[in-house]
Amino acid sequence: MTVESVVFYLFATLTLVGAIGVITMRNAVQAVLCLVLTFFSAAVLWMLLEAEFLAVTLVLVYVGAVMVLFLFVVMMLDVDYASLKAGYTKYLPLGIITALALFGGIYWVIRSEVFGVEQMPEPAKHGADYSNVTELGRLLYTDYFFAFEVAGVILLVAIVAAISLTFRGRRDRRGQSVPMQHQASKEERLRVVSMESGPRQDGQEKTEKKKRIRRKKGGGS
Amino acid sequence: MYNLMHLLPEMFLLTAGCVILLIDVFSKDLDRNLTYRLTQLALLTTAIICVVQFPQLQYHLYGRHYVLDPMAGIIKISVIVLAMLALLFARPYILPRRILRGEYYLLHLFAVLGMMVLASGGSMLTLYLGLELLSLSLYALVAMQRHSYQAAEAAVKYFVMGAIASGFLLYGMSLIYGVTQQIHLTDIAAYLAQNDASLTLRFGLVFIVVAIAFKFGAVPFQMWVPDVYDGAPTSTTAFLSSAPKVAAFGLAIRIFGYGFIGIAVDWQGLLIILASLSMLLGNIVALAQSNIKRLLAYSAIAHIGYFLLGIISGTAAGFSASFFYILIYAIMSLGGFGCLIYLGQGSEDVKDIDQLKGLGRKNPWGGLLISFLFLSMAGLPPFVGFWAKLEVFLAVLNAGFIWLAVLGAVMSIIGLVYYLKVVKVIFFDEPETEQKIIAARGLRLGLGLTSLSVVALGVFPSKLLELCRQAFEYL
Repeated sequence: MTVESVVFYLFATLTLVGAIGVITMRNAVQAVLCLVLTFFSAAVLWMLLEAEFLAVTLVLVYVGAVMVLFLFVVMMLDVDYASLKAGYTKYLPLGIITALALFGGIYWVIRSEVFGVEQMPEPAKHGADYSNVTELGRLLYTDYFFAFEVAGVILLVAIVAAISLTFRGRRDRRGQSVPMQHQASKEERLRVVSMESGPRQDGQEKTEKKKRIRRKKGGGS
Repeated sequence: MYNLMHLLPEMFLLTAGCVILLIDVFSKDLDRNLTYRLTQLALLTTAIICVVQFPQLQYHLYGRHYVLDPMAGIIKISVIVLAMLALLFARPYILPRRILRGEYYLLHLFAVLGMMVLASGGSMLTLYLGLELLSLSLYALVAMQRHSYQAAEAAVKYFVMGAIASGFLLYGMSLIYGVTQQIHLTDIAAYLAQNDASLTLRFGLVFIVVAIAFKFGAVPFQMWVPDVYDGAPTSTTAFLSSAPKVAAFGLAIRIFGYGFIGIAVDWQGLLIILASLSMLLGNIVALAQSNIKRLLAYSAIAHIGYFLLGIISGTAAGFSASFFYILIYAIMSLGGFGCLIYLGQGSEDVKDIDQLKGLGRKNPWGGLLISFLFLSMAGLPPFVGFWAKLEVFLAVLNAGFIWLAVLGAVMSIIGLVYYLKVVKVIFFDEPETEQKIIAARGLRLGLGLTSLSVVALGVFPSKLLELCRQAFEYL
């Protein structure tokens, strides 16, 4: 057994343990930490495949930035996990059956004859002067430039969408907003109420008539 | 170095989108008149560039990730025109509802860009990226009515379902990449011509078919359609149900027609199940609907069933019949949801069929135009919906699936009931209120354009049919 295979089996086991931990941990913070472990050991596996740049990026971006954000969110939001787990046992049998059926189907189809060692031999190792970063850069900016640009636009759309869905303007000011008042529509401010129109019961009709007559006289003189 | 001239429409649209984004940031006007006009102008210019650069041959460009052929050209132009009409409908709808304006228009632009990438995708990578760009913009557009509980629910449903579909698509693509070691559709087609399709490859194809069925909303992957169509702002529904379907047709043809034509038998079987279930369930459930948005949603499912009939045949003639069908359906669906915006008063939405009562008496022209759209969806002869149905039925008959054509014909007769019910409500029921409809100029223009084009294409369908045939000369 070479050193490489020892490293592979060690970190492959860690990846699996971490992944199982993510879905079984009761505490959300521990689940996120398990996810960190999974990503980290996956990064080591990539390193074995000579994908150094991707491995480093996985650690920097996912472990360093995304998972820290995850931790913040989990700690700051007061999520009611008990209510999330309601109905868990009810759907558990159905879930297990579906998962087993899917796993069986996939296992039956992807046997070693398609993805075995004979069909997919291990790629040849490169020399010490081979640079993974240079190769990636060359491919991304030449052969795959179109896909690369489109991926950039997807990130832009994600920013625009996220901001437009969450931004609600400054909330610390209590002053009037003139543009908002201009936008007020008739439907919001005006309520048309149909009133009953009949002879008045309280006898005020006569006095009003008198007033009207008096006003007319006053106008005439 | 690459010659980037062929990429000009996409590059122009992206640059225009970024410039409008910056202009919008500094705009003080809450109605965003400038943003709206610039958006329409950008779309119009892109359409003109597409028309000028209309390809007569099939080009495989930029490392064969980008295909430019007549099909891509027609899809791009039609998607842009549909998006312009959708914006015409959207503006009077979002103004009184305080939906963020600038972002709404911009997300339309980016969605159109995604559809253009999708139509020209030459490899699995660009197809997936185009689909993601389109879907991401659409999720946000559905959620744009932020204070509405229903819209948020619809957006979450759409997002979860869409994410699952994208996951399926990626999983299928990764299996196929694993077997063939190719990412370009032409290479996959070449692999299939030389080798037998292994079980794993077919398994990957099943995942891709499922993902495409999710995106189209075909039964049994239709559960999101009624809720999303009903919950989303009507202007978004109008857009969602028209242009992206045309682009998704492009995705389906690139994969089935160009990539996997060698194992047509495999995907034909799956599509037959999807099509017959969609026609059955869509038409029968639509009979029971009293909410007009849900009625149109179920009718959309049924139409996807008819539309798939053409693809099932697996020939260029069948594909062109489906292409014709989806173009016509997009116009009708845009008009159908547009008429709901037209009928709405203030910030109230039209939901119930009863709200259409007596429309023909209060407002004869509006009632007539709306009836044209519904009669065309029903597939009655003078309107273009008839020609579209005829084409797909002929295609599936030529392919030898007589029972499918019979099922389609029976189902469209059942479908007549609910379309005619709407027309009956418009013309023969007593109006409940005497209120006249005062619609914005853009709405009247949009409704007139969609409705009259349904009539005009019904009288002269040959030109568009000819174009649809040209699109598949390079299959």
